[in-house]
Amino acid sequence: MNDSHAQKPHLSREHLLALLRAMVRIRRFEEKCAELYQQEKIRGFLHLYIGEEAIAVGAMQALSPADAVVATYREHGHALARGVSLDAVMAEMYGKAEGCSRGRGGSMHLFDASTRFYGGNAIVGGGLPLAVGLALAEKMNKRDGVAACFFGEGAVAEGEFHECLNLAELWRLPVLFVCENNLYAMGTRLERSESQPDIHIKAQSYNVPAEVVDGMDVVAVEAATRRVCTAIRGGSGPALLECRTYRFRAHSMFDPQLYRDKAEVEEWKHRDPIDRLSSWMRETGVLHDSDLTAIEAEVAAEIEHSVAFAESGHWELVAELTHDVYAAAGAR
Amino acid sequence: MTDAVREITYRDAVREAIREALLADPRVFLMGEDVGRYGGCYAVTKGLLDEFGPERIRDTPLSESAFVGAGIGAALGGMRPIVEIMTVNFSLLALDQIVNNAATIRHMSGGQFSVPLVIRMATGAGRQLAAQHSHSLEGWYAHIPGLKVVTPATLDDARFMLTAALADPNPVLIFEHVMLYNRSGVLPPDTRPVDIHSAIVRRPGKDVTVVTYGGTLFKTLDAAAELAKDGIEAEVIDLRVLRPLDAETVLASVTKTRRAVIVDEGWRSGSLSAEISARIMEGAFWELDAPVGRVCSAEVPIPYPHHLEEAALPQAAAIVAAAKATMSG
Repeated sequence: MNDSHAQKPHLSREHLLALLRAMVRIRRFEEKCAELYQQEKIRGFLHLYIGEEAIAVGAMQALSPADAVVATYREHGHALARGVSLDAVMAEMYGKAEGCSRGRGGSMHLFDASTRFYGGNAIVGGGLPLAVGLALAEKMNKRDGVAACFFGEGAVAEGEFHECLNLAELWRLPVLFVCENNLYAMGTRLERSESQPDIHIKAQSYNVPAEVVDGMDVVAVEAATRRVCTAIRGGSGPALLECRTYRFRAHSMFDPQLYRDKAEVEEWKHRDPIDRLSSWMRETGVLHDSDLTAIEAEVAAEIEHSVAFAESGHWELVAELTHDVYAAAGAR
Repeated sequence: MTDAVREITYRDAVREAIREALLADPRVFLMGEDVGRYGGCYAVTKGLLDEFGPERIRDTPLSESAFVGAGIGAALGGMRPIVEIMTVNFSLLALDQIVNNAATIRHMSGGQFSVPLVIRMATGAGRQLAAQHSHSLEGWYAHIPGLKVVTPATLDDARFMLTAALADPNPVLIFEHVMLYNRSGVLPPDTRPVDIHSAIVRRPGKDVTVVTYGGTLFKTLDAAAELAKDGIEAEVIDLRVLRPLDAETVLASVTKTRRAVIVDEGWRSGSLSAEISARIMEGAFWELDAPVGRVCSAEVPIPYPHHLEEAALPQAAAIVAAAKATMSG
């Protein structure tokens, strides 16, 4: 990984391959999850990030291990890009005790203390106040950490979005707000729920610097995130990136997608962030067929391993059901 | 502070507790609406801004969800926040953060994260503040696994429960009844730690157990004094902590007295008083000589006029009557 404090991405072949690999890894992981869902290995809700991988992968490049991350219920990509163990995420999808949340959270509630990954929040907008508080702790402890908060454009209609932008700016807290604008809050298109559909304008009304980023371009996301994180670490207060993207799959596995045209989906698929990066890398001569073959093979092996890991994992004992409702005295 | 014996109010006791916590631990800070320059809507935090500065005494915008959630996030980030919410009615604007985040994160994360957060708020009626500032919703919060709910009624508890709450690695909600702030009394200077897991017998007696907490404790003690004039010795239990509930203390008393009355400023239906009653049925049914009685608020939004507000709330006379009713069988 590049120096997280650097302002610009280093577009070396090595780095571009790492970006490509990270996106392919998320894509293949989720395709496997969809398959496992059909087999009823994974239950509950399953929200796929397919099509949006460039945002998590690009943004995480600018974050250091000391930063905090808060995500939504569509967070497999964020967890993997952040460095949460793929085995542990897969085991969590199964609900096994080896999962990153001990199996208790499932797809929507991935947590990992070792990477400062604070979930996995299934209440739209509910993670934003946590990020504000994590940023407040950074500031009060005079650390230069950033609290990065990912949320969809649907969260913008929630009061918590407005309260949090105001509070973060008022107190000049190091929060990176990343709005993943995939145009649909479940089935409700942005224009059908927002009187002002330009989200970055809303942020600007709170004096929060905001910009629109092509969320299908991983390099653009990385560059923008590096730029704003440098400012945030320098004490400029919060910033918002509105990353324009599109979810290629249904909202969840129960969604017949009556609210959008197939043609629209197909049109966005032409902007697939993985194809886009790989095409550009080929054109510039930094990607060879053998690279892609190698990436696919490595990723396939890693995912295969994770499935075996999850399959062989164990169910938490029913006797432990009530453990950790409360932390024991003296616990951190 | 060196006076051997000194008279202070409940308000002063809470302020001293906060001040002591701020002095003792640099991770502790206070935030809420008007806690700084204004000094707190019930003047609890008056003077703290001057002493500790705006970094640690933080006035917030009227954004309950954001600043309560920020308290949760700051606790996750290693701080020990004390969040003040003006009144329990306003806490409903932060219910998402309290119930969906603070209460769940420990369990849902498989024990990786805890939320060492204290939320203080005013509760209860008696100041003619009408139906959006006077309710007693602490029983609702006591329904939620993952939260701890405490209701300091005495000066001791007002002074020392905060220390225990801040030492606890879990989210602790402290409910301060608005009619207690002006109560005064004598607090000895020696620090006496209190726990936040047990109920306590405030007045021993052998004839009937009267279980209560928070703002109705003193009405209940008044009622017990009244009952004593008629030769009835009521044992008054102050629950102190609504979650986790110390049923053992209640059951031990009921096993002795064989009669029980529950006094709760919350409404009767689906209330904490219903829970206590059920615990008694489950744990001491065969010990009872009479049906469990309850004195709760009338099932109305608390009205503004003094006479109607008083009529809506549990009063000593009704407690006396309910206790006598258990004796008449």
